[in-house]
Amino acid sequence: MATENLIWLLPLPPLLAFFLIVLFTNKNKALSHSVAIGAAFLSWLGSMIVFIRAVGVEHFGEHPFASSINWLPTGDNWFKLGVLIDPLSAAVLFFVAWTVLMIFLYSVGYHNFGQPAGDHDHKGLPPHGATLHGHSVPSIEPMYSRFFAFIGLFAFGMYTLVVSDNLLTLYVGWEIMGLCSYLLIGFWFAKPSARNAAIKAFMTTRLGDVFMLLGIAFLYSSTGTLTYREIFTESTLHALATIPSGVFGLSAAGLIALFLFIGTVGKSAQFPLHVWLPDAMEGPTPVSAMIHAATMVSAGVYAVIRMFPLYSLDAKTMTIVAFIGAFTAIFAATIAVAQNDIKRVLAFSTISQLGYMIAAIGMGAYIAAVFHLITHAFFKALLFLGSGSVIHGMEHGVYHTGNHHLDPQDMFNMGGLRKKMPITFWTFLIGGFALSGFPIITAGFWSKDEILADAFANGHMAIFITLALAAFLTAFYTMRQITLTFLGEPRTEEAKHAHETNWTMTTPLVILSVFAIGYGWVGIPEHFPLLGGLIPNWFHEFVGGTLAEHPETLPFNVVPLLTSLVVALGGLGLGWYIYRDVKTAEQDKLQFALLKNKYYFDEIYDYLFIQPSIWFSEVFVSKWMDKGVIDGILHLFGPATGGIGASIRNYFDVPFINQFLGDGSANSVYWIGKNLRPIQTGRIQQYLLLSLVVFSVVGGLIYILLLA
Amino acid sequence: MTTEQIIFLIVAGATLAAGLLVVTSRNLIHAALWLVATLFGVAILYTLLNAGFIAVVQVVVYIGAIAILFIFAVMLTRKDMRDSGPQHNKTWWLGALVSLLTFGGLFAVLGQWSGLAKTGAELPAGFDSVAALGEALTSANGYVLPFEVASVLLLAAMVGAVYLAFNKK
Amino acid sequence: MIPLSWYLLFSAALFSIGLFGVLSRRNAVAILLGVELMLNAINVNLVAFWRYGDIAVMAGQVFAIIVFAVAAAEVSVGLALVISVYRRRNTVIAEDLDLLKW
Repeated sequence: MATENLIWLLPLPPLLAFFLIVLFTNKNKALSHSVAIGAAFLSWLGSMIVFIRAVGVEHFGEHPFASSINWLPTGDNWFKLGVLIDPLSAAVLFFVAWTVLMIFLYSVGYHNFGQPAGDHDHKGLPPHGATLHGHSVPSIEPMYSRFFAFIGLFAFGMYTLVVSDNLLTLYVGWEIMGLCSYLLIGFWFAKPSARNAAIKAFMTTRLGDVFMLLGIAFLYSSTGTLTYREIFTESTLHALATIPSGVFGLSAAGLIALFLFIGTVGKSAQFPLHVWLPDAMEGPTPVSAMIHAATMVSAGVYAVIRMFPLYSLDAKTMTIVAFIGAFTAIFAATIAVAQNDIKRVLAFSTISQLGYMIAAIGMGAYIAAVFHLITHAFFKALLFLGSGSVIHGMEHGVYHTGNHHLDPQDMFNMGGLRKKMPITFWTFLIGGFALSGFPIITAGFWSKDEILADAFANGHMAIFITLALAAFLTAFYTMRQITLTFLGEPRTEEAKHAHETNWTMTTPLVILSVFAIGYGWVGIPEHFPLLGGLIPNWFHEFVGGTLAEHPETLPFNVVPLLTSLVVALGGLGLGWYIYRDVKTAEQDKLQFALLKNKYYFDEIYDYLFIQPSIWFSEVFVSKWMDKGVIDGILHLFGPATGGIGASIRNYFDVPFINQFLGDGSANSVYWIGKNLRPIQTGRIQQYLLLSLVVFSVVGGLIYILLLA
Repeated sequence: MTTEQIIFLIVAGATLAAGLLVVTSRNLIHAALWLVATLFGVAILYTLLNAGFIAVVQVVVYIGAIAILFIFAVMLTRKDMRDSGPQHNKTWWLGALVSLLTFGGLFAVLGQWSGLAKTGAELPAGFDSVAALGEALTSANGYVLPFEVASVLLLAAMVGAVYLAFNKK
Repeated sequence: MIPLSWYLLFSAALFSIGLFGVLSRRNAVAILLGVELMLNAINVNLVAFWRYGDIAVMAGQVFAIIVFAVAAAEVSVGLALVISVYRRRNTVIAEDLDLLKW
């Protein structure tokens, strides 16, 4: 099959899976997950075929796989929609296909397929457990099929975004993922916290999306096209760079880029729109892994990377981008240090790492940003799935002891799990080291090092120092997390009774850890001491071809390398050292209230924005305008009509129609009859008299009128 | 004025006067007797009209039978020897008006008629009006049928009268 | 010679007098007296027209004879009725005999 046609088909299997599950296989759990995983597998297979073919093409950046159709007639020419696989999207497609398939497989085990239905399980609440032979065991998720339908729809959105060749279908995929994010965060809809988190996520990202749409509209009106390859021509870019936009002294390109960037700020949870991502942990862990670590939040970064030629035209926009990225990186890292929930730590870690990528692209480090995007997707998905495995293990313990008040996600209730859950432990360790940037053997090292090298080489010292500090904190809190969860001795009964999860959950962990280790080796810089040059820097060659000007290879500098070694190893060591003796939350000296409460941003936003909106809608619009003005006017109509009706009744109907016409005619007939009746006296003399009188009158009249 | 006309005027005036008294007498016996006088006057007029037979029939039938019948009826229907109450009903004035109107109407209609001033033709010599009347009454192409029917009518009236007034005690 | 009009006027006057009697008398017998006057007036009219028309045509007199018969029949029956009513109702005043109504 021609590659172009295959690309068109890539998003379709998950969409079909969504419809099939929703319409037909909803009741049958095994059939539903088979349809979903089958669809994910088909898309994965197609993606691998496309990727292999793409890698085989010489100078792929100049001959990407592209295909478009004329979609909307616009005057003289057409608005085109199409697909494009160039080196950037080929690399992104690779990790999207793998992570989606792994997470689909993981969900089977996570939602306890094969377990009995729960004793008191409700749709909308997490499963509570069933009783089997007197023991309390985990129960299967009541809304099992629905979950697979939703993640199928989500996968469709992500694939659409990746294969599209224009901003419109990118935005379509973007929004579909936003919807699925809402549906999946609020999956357990009977929990108020989940509902609120879903609304919060949707509203916050919506704010970003509005600006993104404005940017797309501005771009379309300036250039008449939304297709990447048509925008990134010399003449168009030059035109956009020189037209002033009139806002903040930015050129048109700068303003468009800024608006598009605000969309990314929302979607990728950068400061100040980061508040939704920690709350999004209310969703099931596969959701957290897929949407909020590997794919959806990566889409924001992907959008920036894709529009890099546009961003690079305006230095002011690039500065803003870099600043927000760097700030978010350190900001989120500081908060992560004080979190106790295993998933919250990972959420803030995601925010921080996304900040890294955004800072990288803001500095112009194109290849580094893409590299870190891909490696982060692998190891963050790995870490989240691992945390889900840990939580499942803890829940086994909770069912065993029957103490349902224990929070299975609190790290201070864990400990010693390396003995109970070895596979989870080793894969989590690999992921955590990758996140920290453990040298040489983890992918994270290579990608993070490249960002730091780029920052140093181009002289962005402030960013360099900020990112280095953030890397130190990252390694620190990661080791804290691993120490508290896996090392030491179990701190609670539940932790003692935890055991390893089944193969559907551990297999994805193993596969992802392979990538977490191995993916870094495709991007070893050429001038790296000892190892550089042994394996060609395939990644740089391949992805670099996306841009019109191939980015040049940086000369090697030992300072960034040393810095990343020091911060990674130092952070890991310090984390282990401090936390190996900490047994309870009270002993943790870093539980500053400011950090624990996320710098009180939620409270600030609530005071500044949420409460005024609630006031506006409840008081101003609902009470004053709707009930007061509109209902008031309507309430005039009823009595007015009643009054009109009553007056018609009282002044017309009753006196005229009823009394005058109706009763009047009856009464007048009665009156005439009553008054005429006495004529019939029964006296024939009077009869004769009367008849003669009438005769003479009539006769006289006839005589006078006719005969005279 | 010829003698005939004077006689006519006297007789007609007397008859009309008697007629007025008939309808205005309080005492019914007086009224009946004045009726006799009226009838007698009419009989004289018949004679003036050369209808001798009719005059005689008038006297015999009307005065001799009908007037007597009236007197009998009056006597049989008296509650006491005096007539009580007024003789005219409440609306007698309307009756007077109507009769005056009638007379006026007839007068006006008569005034229009051209043949009004006709004078009587001479009787042909040897004309026997009685014989002619008898022949008219009994000939087949005359008026025998009405004549016979009239007799049946009289029979019926007689039977009826007897039946009605029969006292069943 | 007496003009026809005299007879006719006389007859009209006698008729009107009789009509007055019919319309205004209280006693039933008196009403019948009025009727007799009217019939006589008619007879005079008829005979006058015979005399002043074609004398050979006896229709006038025949008509008058028939009227006589009818008058006689009517008077007898009428008076029989009056007597019968008197016996029953003990009154001959026409105003009291008012059953010819609803």
